[in-house]
Amino acid sequence: MMSGLEIRNLHVQIEGKEILKGLTLTVPKGEVHAIMGPNGTGKSTLAYTLMGHPSYEVTEGEVWFNGRNVLEMEVDERSRAGLFLAFQYPVAIPGVTLANFLRTAVNARRRAENPQDKGISIVEFRKLLKERMAALKMDPAFAGRYLNDGFSGGEKKRAEILQMAVLRPEIAILDETDSGLDIDALRIVSEGVNALRGPDLGVLVITHYQRILNYIKPDVVHVMMDGRIVESGGAELALHLEEHGYDWVREKLEER
Amino acid sequence: MANETPVVISRTRRTTAAGGQQSFAFEEGQVRTAGLSAGIGEYRRRAWQVYKELPMPTTQMEAWRRTDLRGLQAGSLRLAQPQTSAVGPEIPAALLQPMADDEHAGQLLLQPHRVDVTLLPKLVRQGVVFTDLRTAEERYPHLLEQALGRVVRPEEGKFSALAGALAQTGVLLYVPRGVQVTQPLHSILWTPGVGLAHVSHVILWLEEGASATYIHEMSSPTEDGQTMHAGLVEVYVGAGANLRFVEMQSFGEHVWNVTHERVHVERDGAVDWVFGAMGGRLTKNFSELDLVGPGAVGKMSGFYFTDGEQHLDYDSQQNHLAPHTTSDLLFKGALVGKSRSVWQGMIYVAPGAVKTDGYQANRNLVLSREARADSIPGLEILADDVRCTHGATVGKVDAEQVFYLQARGIPELEARRLVVEGFFDPIMQRIPFEGVRARFQDAIHQKMQAYTG
Repeated sequence: MMSGLEIRNLHVQIEGKEILKGLTLTVPKGEVHAIMGPNGTGKSTLAYTLMGHPSYEVTEGEVWFNGRNVLEMEVDERSRAGLFLAFQYPVAIPGVTLANFLRTAVNARRRAENPQDKGISIVEFRKLLKERMAALKMDPAFAGRYLNDGFSGGEKKRAEILQMAVLRPEIAILDETDSGLDIDALRIVSEGVNALRGPDLGVLVITHYQRILNYIKPDVVHVMMDGRIVESGGAELALHLEEHGYDWVREKLEER
Repeated sequence: MANETPVVISRTRRTTAAGGQQSFAFEEGQVRTAGLSAGIGEYRRRAWQVYKELPMPTTQMEAWRRTDLRGLQAGSLRLAQPQTSAVGPEIPAALLQPMADDEHAGQLLLQPHRVDVTLLPKLVRQGVVFTDLRTAEERYPHLLEQALGRVVRPEEGKFSALAGALAQTGVLLYVPRGVQVTQPLHSILWTPGVGLAHVSHVILWLEEGASATYIHEMSSPTEDGQTMHAGLVEVYVGAGANLRFVEMQSFGEHVWNVTHERVHVERDGAVDWVFGAMGGRLTKNFSELDLVGPGAVGKMSGFYFTDGEQHLDYDSQQNHLAPHTTSDLLFKGALVGKSRSVWQGMIYVAPGAVKTDGYQANRNLVLSREARADSIPGLEILADDVRCTHGATVGKVDAEQVFYLQARGIPELEARRLVVEGFFDPIMQRIPFEGVRARFQDAIHQKMQAYTG
């Protein structure tokens, strides 16, 4: 049994239109994989499908995570099992503070393990949150703000990584986390991710641009096109794509 | 003047009740005048005349268009009168807890078989009166005479006349000039039993410069059958006086409840008026704010959460009758099951009431397919140089919000509850009483259980 995420021949459609057309990919724990590809190729569909968004229908294929069949799990179960999606567009929840939300999420994990669990104490949680926020250079006052409500683009992305730092997933999918970030914010967010890297974390960085990969160094780079992984290589593949674009991949595909 | 376009927003479900409208079987002999001061008798006889003249409300009347009383078996209701023994369970201990502070300055428990009242001796010495209606009739007739019908006239509706004429229970709170009641006062009107018409008359009177915090709860267990409550709430806030007034309604699910209420605010007076509605089968509530003196300020905050077959209809009016007056209304409600809510609000600015600032907003969250919320804002402005804003919305829980929360490991029901709690947060922020907020939280939890179960 492999420890990590294993996707086999995944076919996914949305409103009857097939977007993923037999995608196969393995992300072992301890490694950072990047998926690059042109717009509209299905990168975000992959992210949402892995997390279980109800709009995406899996018609064929399998997804396994630590030996469990992900496609049979509810959204919240997937999260508690150790899957994490850093959203490209985090959703605002007015009236619910970041702190209240995160404490609820932490307690949901504890209660899933032990239904009798009383939940993390407020003191303990505050300490944890304060530490993690400091690491991401976030103002402590942020904890009292309504979740993603009126956050700037950079604040939203930082809040996503904060959630990751608190919830400690085993596989994290970063969906276009670099979009809308200036260079300083990108650096802070990347440092936040790098600080969590280790043998117990696998990361899947979904991106349109190579830029973020300067900060979060990938072990493997995959190229995605038309709903499939069509090319895989080392970190140098990303640089090559940055320089030469995707046309050569397309040409190579057509030759097959 | 900035205002959003007035719109009627509604979602799903129309119901029609079968059968005709029943009349009450009350008789003139039930109007209590004997042995009471002439002024009280006169008021009640007048109210009775008005009651007899006014027809039973029907959905043909504008104010009752969305609330149908035909399901009420009015003819079979007996007037609830004081009894020698308990007719059902007594007030649950949980309701007796202080809601606004650690301790009460006074507490008044109104049950059919007994009345209990406490008031700090210090306040008694300062001339504060806090007692039930019958004690007030005997010991403070002069206070009642100056107040009865002064703020809400019997002519305003069938039920204001009914309550004026037939009130069997009620509250008198009188705070003399300049007296500050710093700790909260608390009363509970407990209305057990079926086939009964509980009729109450609540009078709050704050003289110039006085202040008080008062929480009034109306509550009963849920029983088989029907019971009615008809209520009058008349509140006078004198010049520079300050009242914080919380009304909690947690009637049993068989109770039909109609109330007429008004707060009259004199120059530089202020009222912070909070409504919480969790119970009852059907409620029709007329709540008005009369800002009669320059500088008068009124804030109205409403929380409601209906489930099952509940029907809740709030009719609010913010009357700016003098210059430089300020009103601020926010009502927020959630609905599950087949329940229905109506909020119809009006800001009225009288000629010459310049420099007024009026705000009203009603927000609804409809959580089930079969629930329905109607939200009808209104403005009538007869003065220049005013600022009036209003808004009304009816929405549902956003599936993307639920997905996002679930994606963090929060189970679906808890995710939905979190979104609903977030929806109510702006109301919680307006309520300075932790105990009241806790009651609303409990209501959210309970109603959300019903939602899934």
